[in-house]
Amino acid sequence: MSLIDNLLDYLRGPDKKTAVVAKERLQIILAHERAGRGAATPDYLPALQEELLEVIAKYIHIDREKIKVQLEKHGEYDVLELNVTLPDHQRLL
Amino acid sequence: MGTDNKVATVIVVTSGKGGVGKTTTSASFSSGLALRGNKTVVIDFDVGLRNLDLIMGCERRVVFDIINVINGDAALPRALIKDKHCDNLFVLPASQTRDKDALSLEGVERIINELKETFDYVVCDSPAGIEHGAFSAMYFADEALVVTNPEVSSVRDSDRILGILAAKSKRAVEGLDPVKEHLLVTRYHPGRVAAGEMLSVDDIQEILRIPLLGVIPESESVLQASNSGTPAIHLDKSDVAEAYKDVVARFMGEDVPMRFTTAEKVGLFKRLFGGR
Repeated sequence: MSLIDNLLDYLRGPDKKTAVVAKERLQIILAHERAGRGAATPDYLPALQEELLEVIAKYIHIDREKIKVQLEKHGEYDVLELNVTLPDHQRLL
Repeated sequence: MGTDNKVATVIVVTSGKGGVGKTTTSASFSSGLALRGNKTVVIDFDVGLRNLDLIMGCERRVVFDIINVINGDAALPRALIKDKHCDNLFVLPASQTRDKDALSLEGVERIINELKETFDYVVCDSPAGIEHGAFSAMYFADEALVVTNPEVSSVRDSDRILGILAAKSKRAVEGLDPVKEHLLVTRYHPGRVAAGEMLSVDDIQEILRIPLLGVIPESESVLQASNSGTPAIHLDKSDVAEAYKDVVARFMGEDVPMRFTTAEKVGLFKRLFGGR
């Protein structure tokens, strides 16, 4: 690197450091993995997801990929999370 | 009984991920315990891929191994190899030829119980992974050194291992006091941490939430140590040897400040004119 490049880098200051990215990614994935560790994921989740999808599909046109059902632990509570991404223009069937 | 009426302590050196420094640590840590006068035995649990013998420099003296003892082909004392550097350190090698399933939990328990009668510390060098060998190495542990590199996959695997220790070790299964966990960060590069290119010890500790036992800096001398079959703790004046001695001192309850965790400051001049 030339003197100018080095000087510019120095003045520009840092981008988001990769170590910070690493830490954030780890915190997210480990929170997820730890939640699933205690009790194994209940085996009714896939069937539940399928049935919910059918019900929702009766009313809204949705992409099968855009629905997520998951069970998370928040402290003492188990939270059943249902995440449906609706299309931009909701089209009634 | 080795000394007094103290009950022997079983320590597993584990990590989940391979190549992070388990065997290097097992060799230096057990040597360090022995250098402080503790009668110590270090067991290689990596059946099929034994390497502790090479790192300890006793590979040509292996006659019997842990599977021979489990199968009753040899009495335990005959399989123990006396270390060439420390009088009160012994090595129990893994088998190079047998199947890892030969490592039965009952057999391992028999060996560990017999060793506990004569030794102060039983150090179990775990293989990588979470399969049978790693499980056998950790099952009987009282304490665990979780060896972790400042790198995402290593930290994640360490977290997984901590979960297994807390749920499936003998202590967990029998409802005894939990396995005492110690974080050992290895291959640490303070310069890269300062540059924001590497997870810091604080980051790792914040994520894994276990007490920090020590930090071993990345060092060229580790390769030199393994080249010559000398545990790194014996390399005079190397930072790695000093760091491992600190680790052993802290493990024995001494209050030793952390070293090798901060980089030399790089000035404006050096940043402008190059160099790292």
